Amino acid sequence: MGTQITLAKGITMGLRKAMENDPKVLVMGEDVGKLGGVFRVTDGLQKDFGEDRVIDTPLAESGIVGTAIGLALRGYRPVCEIQFDGFVYPAFDQIVSQLAKMRARALGKVSLPVVIRIPVGGGIGAVEHHSESNEAYFAHTAGLRVVACSNPVDAYLMIQQAIVSDDPVILYEPKRRYWEKAELDESMTLDQAPPLHSARVAREGTDVTVAAYGPMVKTAMEAATAAAEEDTSIEVVDLRSLSPLDMDTLRGSVERTGRLVVVHEAPVFLGMGAEVAARVTEQCFYALEAPVLRVGGFDTPYPPSRVEEDYIPDLDRILDAVDRSLAY
Amino acid sequence: MTEPTHPAAQQPELVQLLTPEGERVDHPTYSVDLTDEELRGLYRDLVLVRRVDAEATALQRQGELGIWASLLGQEAAQVGSGRALAPDDYAFPTYREHGVAWCRGVDPLNLLGLFRGVNHGGWDPNEKNFHLYTIVIGAQTLHATGYAMGMQKDGADSAVIAYFGDGATSQGDVNEAFIYASVFNAPVVFFCQNNQWAISEPIERQTRIPLYRRAAGFGFPGVRVDGNDVLACLAVTKAALQNAREGSGPTLIEAYTYRMGAHTTSDDPTRYRLSDELESWKLKDPIERVKAYLVRSGKADQPFFDAVEAESDELAAHVRKGCLDMPDPDPLSIFDHVYADQHPLVEEEREQFGAYLATFEEAH
Repeated sequence: MGTQITLAKGITMGLRKAMENDPKVLVMGEDVGKLGGVFRVTDGLQKDFGEDRVIDTPLAESGIVGTAIGLALRGYRPVCEIQFDGFVYPAFDQIVSQLAKMRARALGKVSLPVVIRIPVGGGIGAVEHHSESNEAYFAHTAGLRVVACSNPVDAYLMIQQAIVSDDPVILYEPKRRYWEKAELDESMTLDQAPPLHSARVAREGTDVTVAAYGPMVKTAMEAATAAAEEDTSIEVVDLRSLSPLDMDTLRGSVERTGRLVVVHEAPVFLGMGAEVAARVTEQCFYALEAPVLRVGGFDTPYPPSRVEEDYIPDLDRILDAVDRSLAY
Repeated sequence: MTEPTHPAAQQPELVQLLTPEGERVDHPTYSVDLTDEELRGLYRDLVLVRRVDAEATALQRQGELGIWASLLGQEAAQVGSGRALAPDDYAFPTYREHGVAWCRGVDPLNLLGLFRGVNHGGWDPNEKNFHLYTIVIGAQTLHATGYAMGMQKDGADSAVIAYFGDGATSQGDVNEAFIYASVFNAPVVFFCQNNQWAISEPIERQTRIPLYRRAAGFGFPGVRVDGNDVLACLAVTKAALQNAREGSGPTLIEAYTYRMGAHTTSDDPTRYRLSDELESWKLKDPIERVKAYLVRSGKADQPFFDAVEAESDELAAHVRKGCLDMPDPDPLSIFDHVYADQHPLVEEEREQFGAYLATFEEAH
């Protein structure tokens, strides 16, 4: 029996389940307690699990991640909320120099099961620093695992999988899609879930593969629907995991279609699309009918919200790239 | 005309139990009650850690270590605070806490591995409750605070000590650690060794007020202790740890000391400080005063000092031999321990690089 839930609710339910299953799981961040987070993702958790496990932290991101590392060393499994994507940079050193590298520094003698949740991307009409896509920084860092959910069911499962991982995981949550709904079968257990680091063919097609993740999956699906009306069959791959990449699924799709367009909100230059393009070109050279094309944000600061719809890839920009791919 | 003393260098309420001349003095708040054997033990610690330090410096000069961060001059601060810790307490060091490592029972060879470049640390922090060396200045103070928050949640009767230097007090992380520790009342002792120099920058470049006074602004006690007085460091740290265990929250201890050597073996302090300063601090040497006290009070005799000397030579030989015997890591070991769970990219690269290396073996 399924219930309709939003993506935000999927995270909430996943957090709740993880906290029920393991008393060592903590939630920490700014405003995550009484308020339930600025997006209400942690709504109700402090009421049910107490202030000892759902911790309103001082307003200092490096402190959130740095103390989470200490708590993890003590045997806890902290789930940190970074309130908005653009606020993660004060914690950059703690994430990149400490969290990511401590296990290797200790030659495997410590584990850092810390999850960092980051609401990501634009499209909500926000002020500066509230709409960024900074996944490439973290995907570039050895020692971290980076994943992005695109729908309520994945949100519910991936947050739980991230929490049970003994490695640090950064989970990107598409804030623009927090209110998207889908049916969730709550009886589903983690054993039945697809592996955290697997990609998923979200829609089968034969002419072009469009690979996307997070907020762009929905846009890619819409593009596929529109293209179908003009007899172009788009296969949509939801990457889900950005580090590591599920190259098997990508390769399988590209070998079927011979064409690949990668879509993300982040700027194209040195973005995830660059890595995907390089790897697919290396591994599928003889299957490709066209160069791998990328659609993304521009190499500018994220723009003011009145023009953000021009910045974020939309259905038409995806279809334009699909047309260019087919024209080769 | 003499320059007015900078406020940061003023010496109000410097806790001291053993003067530079080796005279035992009382303090209204802090005291130690040590047996003669314990006193001799502290002397032994001081001598041994200085000897390890000297040997490591020599090994660097001979090309066996890439770099070494000397603790010369800071032995009392480290041994005093290190010996204040209970087994269940936990220490978060910088990269210079060789004396604390010694007190925790960590083999000095573990420390040398890092400076030789065969690993980035690699000891099991939980074995002796001594965390890995942290090189990014101040970052470990947040780990220490988080760990202390965990102890608090566990209801543990133990505390954490976070080491850092005067330079680190300018870091955001250290200030954030003060705030987190304060608002959560975490059982952590912030032990700042103010050795007067952050590489080439004097303390005046980090602060306008004595560092220990900063604690007041964060809402917990701060105390300045003679960092070259092992007894005072022991007494003050013990009291602060006990307060933390009893739920009174954090304390900032400023151990007022002096970095008698260079920042590291790559540094040249003659470019930025006068030898007069070093000479004046030599008169406050942390080891000489203990020796003077032991001799004068008859708590140790010449055979004891000879035995410590002999032991320090043995330890130095152990360090030297262990260092020279330390094998370079296997090239493929760089892929180990990046992740706890299997990771396809790391495995792919390990395999490819292994195959590449194998082509050279076949060629022979």
